[in-house]
Amino acid sequence: MYRSHVLVCGGTGCTSSGSLQIFDLLKEEIAKNGLADEVSVVQTGCHGLCALGPIVIVYPEATFYSMVKPEYIPEIVSEHLLKGRVVKKYVYEDTVQEEGLKPLHETDFYKKQHRIALRNCGVINPENIEEYIGTRGYEALGKVLTEMTPDDVIKCILDSGLRGRGGGGFPTGRKWQLAKDLVKGGQKYVACNADEGDPGAFMDRSVLEGDPHALIEAMAIAGYAIGANQGYIYVRAEYPIAVDRLNIAIGQAREYGLLGKDIFGTGFDFDLELRLGAGAFVCGEETALMTSIEGNRGEPKPRPPFPAEKGLFDKPTVLNNVETYANIPQIILNGAEWFASMGTEKSKGTKVFALGGKIKNTGLVEIPMGTTLRTVVEDIGGGIPNGKKFKAAQTGGPSGGCIPAEHFDVPIDYDNLIALGSMMGSGGLIVMDEDNCMVDIAKFFLEFTVDESCGKCTPCRIGTKRLYEMLDKITKGQATLEDLDKLEELCYYIKDNSLCGLGQTAPNPVLSTLRYFKDEYIAHVVEKRCPAGVCKDLLSFVIDPDKCKGCTLCAKKCPAGAISGTVKEPHVIDTSKCVKCGVCIENCKFGAISKK
Amino acid sequence: MKSLAELKAIREKMQGQVGLRSESETQTRVVVGMATCGIASGARPVLTALADAVMNKKLEDVAVVQTGCIGLCQFEPIVEVIAPGKEKVTYVHMTPEKAEEIVEQHLIRGQVVTQYTLGAANK
Repeated sequence: MYRSHVLVCGGTGCTSSGSLQIFDLLKEEIAKNGLADEVSVVQTGCHGLCALGPIVIVYPEATFYSMVKPEYIPEIVSEHLLKGRVVKKYVYEDTVQEEGLKPLHETDFYKKQHRIALRNCGVINPENIEEYIGTRGYEALGKVLTEMTPDDVIKCILDSGLRGRGGGGFPTGRKWQLAKDLVKGGQKYVACNADEGDPGAFMDRSVLEGDPHALIEAMAIAGYAIGANQGYIYVRAEYPIAVDRLNIAIGQAREYGLLGKDIFGTGFDFDLELRLGAGAFVCGEETALMTSIEGNRGEPKPRPPFPAEKGLFDKPTVLNNVETYANIPQIILNGAEWFASMGTEKSKGTKVFALGGKIKNTGLVEIPMGTTLRTVVEDIGGGIPNGKKFKAAQTGGPSGGCIPAEHFDVPIDYDNLIALGSMMGSGGLIVMDEDNCMVDIAKFFLEFTVDESCGKCTPCRIGTKRLYEMLDKITKGQATLEDLDKLEELCYYIKDNSLCGLGQTAPNPVLSTLRYFKDEYIAHVVEKRCPAGVCKDLLSFVIDPDKCKGCTLCAKKCPAGAISGTVKEPHVIDTSKCVKCGVCIENCKFGAISKK
Repeated sequence: MKSLAELKAIREKMQGQVGLRSESETQTRVVVGMATCGIASGARPVLTALADAVMNKKLEDVAVVQTGCIGLCQFEPIVEVIAPGKEKVTYVHMTPEKAEEIVEQHLIRGQVVTQYTLGAANK
């Protein structure tokens, strides 16, 4: 029996900041102090505060050490684990108070969160099935198989109001019902979309890495509900830790008889296989994903027929996203009313968001639906760094749009976001401040969709390319006002005529920035000026002769040799040579250089 | 595994372990003084005895934690039991055997073992 557990985050974020080394060092140091029988070191999934990694939490005190460096370890072990004295200087600053430490669940970051899909992330060892069972894991599967009919299960999910967390927001129970009833009997499949491709989104990765058994259990429940005995998890190969942990988890579940033949002696068979995606964004689209699982080139197909009728290998298939599945066991255990009691009228439960961009607490948060954007950004996210002003939040990645500051107090749910011209998407939330140029943002997302368009249909293949070229023209100051009208027209054309979701939503970043930030577009077109100072072609760097002391530092640092002048005399930038890299501004000690 | 009973058995075995990683306001904290003075007078076996007993008896909502020097070095090993809404009880001159008694009497039955308290030692 261990009296203390030391949890080390083994998610991708903390791993890349060196948590594996911390894990090994802790084990070594604990053994050296003769505590190996008393203190256990556990590698967990993501805690959410990725900005502060590597993260180490010591239980039962729940002491949260952040940004842990290898050289802290001997002190933490000898002081905290041996003598019981918390090493306050290494503790997460928000938990430090005058007397003792503030509990984690009272810190600003965690206080307003409600963790359902992420409940085990950062708490259990994802590579140990028994820890999952210890938090009531596989109990929901047992309940479903022994006490409920498939119709009971579907009714429970329908009543809970759960909607697809992958972006579209289709009611999950309805999807299952269609897959069960449209075609009676025969071979059916359950599939999971773990091909999380939006730039800046990593919710599904965290669930896969931190709580893989929740997904396995939920897929088995879905299999029972619709009458399928085989499932596929389509996960991107760029998530090596997630793939490893899924493989381990599937192996353990088979070993414990929770996958395979005759589960719990009820005669229900279910097994799972992994399919690795090769990095094509379009494979996150459901028909393309299934084509890829079948072994073909990942290209979408027209719908109908919908997957519930003709999906994988032309058989009825339920395809849900990772986060959707992660909610299922909890709904079965706690009941539909429990889940439906959270959230707004049409969006129940919670949603996980990956916070990124200009925000203090970069990381993963799970909030009840209906929480305002302001709460997420200011309270949980800790606000914008460096005293800058909030300009907009981008949700839904390349398919979504921007929510400007005037809608800061909108409660986040599916319908509100759509009304604002954005969408829930899978949950990436990128915060932008006054230094972000909205035209440049739209161009960034279009560049992404141009790359990722599969090329099967013309509106998407050529349309997005043309859109990108127009945006490029605007950022270079070569566009006219007629071009702006053409831009908008082309957006609607692509939306209406593309074959799949990728093309149909690709113009959204342009449309939403046009809607809320038209003044920025006009500044680029008419005044040939980029208000945020981002678009290089519209900027020129100038030295203020009154402030310049002639120290020559900028001239020495300039990689293009564009700055000239004699010592102690004001310098000048030759704009024909200047590459607008900004090195001179960073190096000037007198604030004499500015971009206009 | 072929039955729900087996699943339940694993769950119960693991709950004590994973349960350690929770925070709650209703938790009773059992605090062991583990500064140099405490360790020198034998606080380590007391701490492990407490942790083992709490786990073996499957006591939920009880956390065994360490603290530094309380300032009463001559009374070490010291164990404090802090239950929410109740007055703190300080046990002194602890041994692993006495610690097990405290788990049995105080934590399970709710009866303070008066003879081991600081008040009794001061008389």
